[in-house]
Amino acid sequence: MAANIGTGRAVSSTFAPLRIWLLLPGWLSIGFFLLIPVLLMLVYSFLTKEFRGGVIWEPTLAAYDQFFFDRGLFGDDPRRIEWKYISIFWRSIWQAGGATLLCLIIGFPTAFFIATRPDRTKVIWLLLVTVPYWVNLLIRTVSMKFLIRDNGPMNDFLQYIGLINEPLQLINTNIAVQIGLFYSYLPFMVLPIFAAVERYNFTLSEAASDLYADKWTILRRIVIPVVSPGIFAGCILVFVPSLGAFLAPDLLGGAKSFMIGSLIEEQFKGNIGNWPFGAASSMILLSLVLVALFFYARAQSQGERA
Amino acid sequence: MSETAIQLESVRKDFGDFTALSEVSFEISDNEFFTLLGPSGCGKTTLLRLIAGFLNTTGGTIRLFGEEIEALPPNKRPINTVFQNYALFPHMTVRDNIGFGLSMLGWSRSDVATRVDEMVSMVKLDQFAERRPSQLSGGQQQRVALARAMAPKPKVLLLDEPLSALDLKLRQEMRLELKRLQNETGITFIFVTHDQEEALSMSDRIAVMSAGKVQQIGSAVDIYEFPENRFVAGFIGETNLIEAEVIDASADALTCQLVNGAVLTARSLHEITKGQKGWVSIRPERMTLSKTKPKGNSLSGTLTGATYLGTDNQYAVGLTDDLSLNVRHQNRTSVGAAMTTGEPVHISIADNAARFLVD
Amino acid sequence: MNRGVDLRRYFGFFPMTLLCLFILYAPLIIVTVYSLNDSRSITSWEGISLRWYAEIFTGPESEKFRKAAWNSLTIAVMAATTATIIATAAAIGMIRGGSFRGKSASFALISLPIMVPEIVTAVATLIFFSAIGFKLGTLSILVAHIVFCIPFAYMPINARLQGIDASYEEAAHDLYASRWQIFWHVMMPIMSPGIISGFLLAFIISLDDFIITNFVKGAGVETLPTAIFGSVKQGIKPNIMALSTLLLLLSILLVTASYFVGQRREKPVPTNQKPETEA
Ligand SMILES: Nc1ncnc2c1ncn2[C@@H]1O[C@H](COP(=O)(O)OP(=O)(O)OP(=O)(O)O)[C@@H](O)[C@H]1O
Ligand SMILES: [Mg+2]
Repeated sequence: MAANIGTGRAVSSTFAPLRIWLLLPGWLSIGFFLLIPVLLMLVYSFLTKEFRGGVIWEPTLAAYDQFFFDRGLFGDDPRRIEWKYISIFWRSIWQAGGATLLCLIIGFPTAFFIATRPDRTKVIWLLLVTVPYWVNLLIRTVSMKFLIRDNGPMNDFLQYIGLINEPLQLINTNIAVQIGLFYSYLPFMVLPIFAAVERYNFTLSEAASDLYADKWTILRRIVIPVVSPGIFAGCILVFVPSLGAFLAPDLLGGAKSFMIGSLIEEQFKGNIGNWPFGAASSMILLSLVLVALFFYARAQSQGERA
Repeated sequence: MSETAIQLESVRKDFGDFTALSEVSFEISDNEFFTLLGPSGCGKTTLLRLIAGFLNTTGGTIRLFGEEIEALPPNKRPINTVFQNYALFPHMTVRDNIGFGLSMLGWSRSDVATRVDEMVSMVKLDQFAERRPSQLSGGQQQRVALARAMAPKPKVLLLDEPLSALDLKLRQEMRLELKRLQNETGITFIFVTHDQEEALSMSDRIAVMSAGKVQQIGSAVDIYEFPENRFVAGFIGETNLIEAEVIDASADALTCQLVNGAVLTARSLHEITKGQKGWVSIRPERMTLSKTKPKGNSLSGTLTGATYLGTDNQYAVGLTDDLSLNVRHQNRTSVGAAMTTGEPVHISIADNAARFLVD
Repeated sequence: MNRGVDLRRYFGFFPMTLLCLFILYAPLIIVTVYSLNDSRSITSWEGISLRWYAEIFTGPESEKFRKAAWNSLTIAVMAATTATIIATAAAIGMIRGGSFRGKSASFALISLPIMVPEIVTAVATLIFFSAIGFKLGTLSILVAHIVFCIPFAYMPINARLQGIDASYEEAAHDLYASRWQIFWHVMMPIMSPGIISGFLLAFIISLDDFIITNFVKGAGVETLPTAIFGSVKQGIKPNIMALSTLLLLLSILLVTASYFVGQRREKPVPTNQKPETEA
């Protein structure tokens, strides 16, 4: 049949016979140096801890037990729920969620504004938003710390203009961490929403306007639902790295805003380290991320059916 | 005579220093099926968007049932649009799409439901009411767009080439369908197309546009039989245009001398005086070839070509070396069979078929 | 006049954009300004000087920073190069490989390093290296960076290749070019903007990385981020701000480079690529 001529191309490409050899380096490097390590980490989370770091090859549930249950100082009290670690996770989810929301509130109007610029200026706006992403994350976080610390430039300025009398004590609070996370990942929110709004067909807005909807109703009932895949993508791109973030909570938050990243890092440093416990915490974090990705994939596929 | 639904008074629209529309004035009466016909880029969509409120006029006024509507945004005008690519909301079902305008107008949930049911069965989409637009065929989407725009009972419905995305068969069906809906609802339709057959077959009146100006407004018969100018004569159907000068304007019909010296009588819509230069327009199908010189209006020349077109035969007749006419015969006679190229032939022109055009 | 019809304009979105940009740039600008401060204390302003820049190169910590910078740079160049080569091969295999079983699994595997939180990658890699007895040091950092950079290099290359019609290759094949000639004379020139973007992105990601490096670096080996982090732990000092400003400038230089590469990408794919033919 004549139809085969058109469809033959994708299958009989020049490079198709070589594809195994082309893909092999990628498969091997990621498979060997990431997939296997993650599986090994799962195994480690069921091993016994060695005091100076490392593990003893004896299977145990101790790491997970320590995470979820409190058995008293000597391990022989009746089992109670241990809230310490759960609350660290809970705070991390909460903080990451807050940062995501903050990014959405500022990122959506920004992305929308940029996407509706004429082509010439659009590129420039987009560049302005992406440049900070190229700047080292550590440097950005340190800069933020420098800016918002108790006697830093921001407080000086606010006091100078008389908006506040006492310096705002932001450092070592949850708010500082959220600001830091927001600052770290904001471009991740803007870019996918920008792409979605750019694809959005404004005739739909006109049709809604023609059908008696006012502008903000159009935004709520038409624009946002139609670009929602971009919004979901942005949220996931901010939420996932925020959840496991280390730099922002470590530099901007104190002991009170301890997050998963710091908890895990602690397990692999120095003498207080506990590798199986760190591996178990990492596994739990990974599961949370997978759950988030699962909901994301489901939302996207529902959006596609629409 | 019924009420005036839309009145345009020397409407003008500029985009920067480009004038997209100028001096557009006409009235559309209530319940009329009014068509804007013109080549691509002549400003049809622009005119619709001015009426709908998506654009502001640069000058002139637009009135809806006597009231100026310039200050009203689209969502405050009782006018709805069927968009060229339908612009159906992809995240809503057919029902929600159709009910959108109603709920924006603040109708109660149950009223909306009743009206939506009504519209859904009016456009025969009962089985598809819960589907999303992406699950519908082009023709079905078109019906949803129509139902959505008609549900709020607008005073005027604007349709921007609503049939252009459909295949020929469906397009012909939808023409009848649209006509039926317009009759049933009595809504004033302003219909945009660049397909002349569509315009001729559906409209009460047609406005032929070109380069941002309205060239002629009239019924299908008016604009085909009595074109105002060369553009209209050439855009609607085919025609032969021959330069000519009026040599006698005293009788009922004008006597014109063609560039090749031949003389024939033609009619005009306007008062014409002797000495006026212009063009004579004759439709190919209003002429007949014969070997013997006929009575009445006629020309003679040499048959230079014959093309078989199925329903028709088309002949080229050279009057002089650089003046040639197209003549069409319907294929029911076999006159053509007897003719061979190179032969001298006579052309007989039907009564009233020759029109004298000034520009 | 009815001026409210522009449905692309929303009240407040422009100020919001300005706010967004302000938040993004304020810290960077402040740090740049304070890096020029003559004062030893970071809180008071004592006029402009470049002494902290000099301090980076001559001060007591200069040796440490020089080593760290050298490590960062060599690791980033090698990691980005290797990752780009692997990613280019993978992209050709994925896009030009037709449809095959395990295609989506392959894609999932390639994007795994982005899906897994960085800290988890760091933990897993550390555990793996210690389990197989791999000595922690520059090499372990390099291996970890290569793996982590692959998806970042892959994305722009993949996007570019997807936009190129396969008929170019077929035309070259038809004109007697071997696969290698097709790759070298047809695909490389057309893909190059994607490959350059991919390389730059991978380079920046490697240069930027703190968490994974911090886990697998072993004792005594530092990269710039870990060195800076170590210093910052004891408080932000002016020389750190000067160093940050230098890195910031480097980043901006790279963005500008990638911007111009991106501009090239906007242009239509050249159609006059002539493969050499042989009888
Ligand atoms: N927003 C705009 N800015 C500048 N010029 C415009 C704009 N909109 C339309 N035009 C110009 O105005 C003229 C009329 O456009 P319009 O869309 O009304 O044509 P149309 O008759 O609907 O054509 P078509 O049959 O192709 O749809 C065109 O030359 C077009 O380029
Ligand atoms: Mg149009």
